[in-house]
Amino acid sequence: MATLTFKGGIHPYEGKELTKDKPMVQITPTGEMVYPLSQHIGAPATPVVTVGQRVLKGEKIAEANGFVSVPIYASVSGTVKSIEKRLITTGDRVDSIVIDNDGLFEEAPCMSVKPIEEMTKDDIRALIREAGIVGMGGAGFPTHVKLSPKEPDKINYVIANCSECEPYLTSDYRRMLEDPERLVAGLKIILLLFDHAKGILAVEDNKPDCIRRLKELVIDEPRISVKVLKTKYPQGSERQLIYATTKRAINSSMLPADAGCVVNNVDTICAVCSAVIEGKPLMHRIVTVTGDAVNDPKNFIVPIGTNYAQLLEAAGGLKVQPEKIVSGGPMMGFALYDINVPVTKTSSALLCMTKDEVAKWKPSACIKCGKCLEVCPSRLMPSKLADYAEHAAKEQFEKYNGMECVECGSCSYACPAKRQLVQSIKYMRRTILADRKKKS
Amino acid sequence: MNVSATPHIRSNESTSRIMLLVIIALLPATGFGIYNFGYPAAILVGVSVATTVLTEFVYEKIMKLPVTVSDLSAVVTGLLLALNLPSSVPWWIAVIGGVFAILVVKMLFGGIGQNFMNPALGARCFLVICFAARMTAFTYDGVSTATPLAMLKAGEDVNTWNMVIGTIPGCIGETSVIAIMAGAIFLILFDVIDMKIPAAYLITFVIFVGLFGKGGWDAYYLTAQLAGGGLMLGAFFMATDYATSPITPFGKIIYGIILGLLTGLFRVYSSSAEGVSYAIIISNLLVPLIERFTVPKCFGKGGENR
Repeated sequence: MATLTFKGGIHPYEGKELTKDKPMVQITPTGEMVYPLSQHIGAPATPVVTVGQRVLKGEKIAEANGFVSVPIYASVSGTVKSIEKRLITTGDRVDSIVIDNDGLFEEAPCMSVKPIEEMTKDDIRALIREAGIVGMGGAGFPTHVKLSPKEPDKINYVIANCSECEPYLTSDYRRMLEDPERLVAGLKIILLLFDHAKGILAVEDNKPDCIRRLKELVIDEPRISVKVLKTKYPQGSERQLIYATTKRAINSSMLPADAGCVVNNVDTICAVCSAVIEGKPLMHRIVTVTGDAVNDPKNFIVPIGTNYAQLLEAAGGLKVQPEKIVSGGPMMGFALYDINVPVTKTSSALLCMTKDEVAKWKPSACIKCGKCLEVCPSRLMPSKLADYAEHAAKEQFEKYNGMECVECGSCSYACPAKRQLVQSIKYMRRTILADRKKKS
Repeated sequence: MNVSATPHIRSNESTSRIMLLVIIALLPATGFGIYNFGYPAAILVGVSVATTVLTEFVYEKIMKLPVTVSDLSAVVTGLLLALNLPSSVPWWIAVIGGVFAILVVKMLFGGIGQNFMNPALGARCFLVICFAARMTAFTYDGVSTATPLAMLKAGEDVNTWNMVIGTIPGCIGETSVIAIMAGAIFLILFDVIDMKIPAAYLITFVIFVGLFGKGGWDAYYLTAQLAGGGLMLGAFFMATDYATSPITPFGKIIYGIILGLLTGLFRVYSSSAEGVSYAIIISNLLVPLIERFTVPKCFGKGGENR
């Protein structure tokens, strides 16, 4: 079978060998745990605990606020210390529930679940929502919303995003290798919601062991197949993934459901399985702690709310002083100025780099080489868009499809003049989106 | 600790690396030119490169701009200018050309990437206008002679084998097809230039000359046309100049076709045997227009479910 892909993209240094062969290790957090109320796209959750109250592991501490919102659960037992603004990975200070971990890990009873055969589709959706599941690949879009399209019968494909195209990240890889049964079971649950859909496990060809293992597991599953994709960044971007697997293309004004697709990340699908089968809410995620400044790069099963500093400690601490620390992958992650921030539902990695490649280069004049056009997965003209952005030419920016940018950063990566292309484009997109919101 | 917007990694591409690759790719043609025409060619190359680099440096110092000579683009301009001069011109012509290329064509329009015309070719055309006799007088082995392309136009026989190897009169760097192709293949392998422009250019040119040239589809005539004059050097090293060629994929093809048509037109119908320089600088002027009409259809908005 030919490997599937899209046009454009880049091949950065993968860096996955640092943590690829490191099995997942459970982390036992100590001290303060921080739960930002906004770990997802949509309305922030509303706290349902009061300061001084004792909570158990697995107890709901914040309730969903509206349809596009999800609840949040405590991942340790302890007392609520405060509800206050705390620093998060993006550099913002947001309302968070702070819990003093008592180290007992006393568990609350699980959510009550019926056997899967007795559940209706709406029961399953409600359970996924109740478990607080969001897209754990980075965007944090509430999963139950994704799974509730207007016309569920028109969904042809449920795609499991097993691409993990961000350099350095191996959390999804380890999950697929160590827990593939859960992934397949989760996909089967999601397929129960869509009668006319086929399941696709879309894996990049740099993970042959996962491909082999998953193929073995789905050999007797007529509705599920494994599709092999070319290793390339941003292969895991939703639009590019849908195109590579189904040859359907969507633009910014469409949802995957408009192309008959639903896309979910590996860890998200596993969380669906845990919630629906075992009644476990989302309390953990897998985080890769890596980079050339880390003593012992590893993958960890981390209770949400754990301080990043504890993760770094568990990975043997720093070998040398890093120039840059990133939450997430190097292409789309957030640079941290303070490592004392909590792991949230969308934190995929902690990357400590001894050299900051961005600071090494000084942006210079565009030489019009066209490399940014070659690599742009959305087939835009990034150099031109950045020019318009820098001159605040909103109309031109929109005319040249600036709003179609997926902000993957391939253009900035490839630019020989080291222009901050995606940064300018992103800024303009934010401005235009804010304007639109004001108008409506 | 450093904080910046995404992405946090960069490729090892840089402007100076690209320019260095172009310089390396021009070495075979330069070396052959010096071998073919002797030490006057070497002197012209040296004078031309020194002039372009110095002009950029002095201009930026006077205007209190950041000095950008380390990006090596001035070296490329100087080298290309020298390769487009007959070896018999005096050294001060290279100085005038170098100053014109950098000062007038490049820096006055905003420096690297902002010029609308290839600096080396702009300077060459300027020199041809100012010093017509000197710029079109070719000597070979100490004897004044016509270029094979001029002989071909006059209906005389030429030796195509010598034209491919390059042991013919002409400008310093344009004579050897083999040396130019070696550099061109190097640039294509290192992904510095794209095949679209030279391929569209040469194919269109061959078709045009085949249809309208007086030699018709005769293989000997077409080979001589392809190997003669500045066509090969122009197609691979000048037409592909980033700043003055379209960045859109389809635009590159249109641009190549226009180049082929204009070059064919000049070579077949004009009084001069050569036409590559004029074809390229005229097409340079059309680039903004070409780009405007060849904006790629973005993902998810262009037919066939794409």
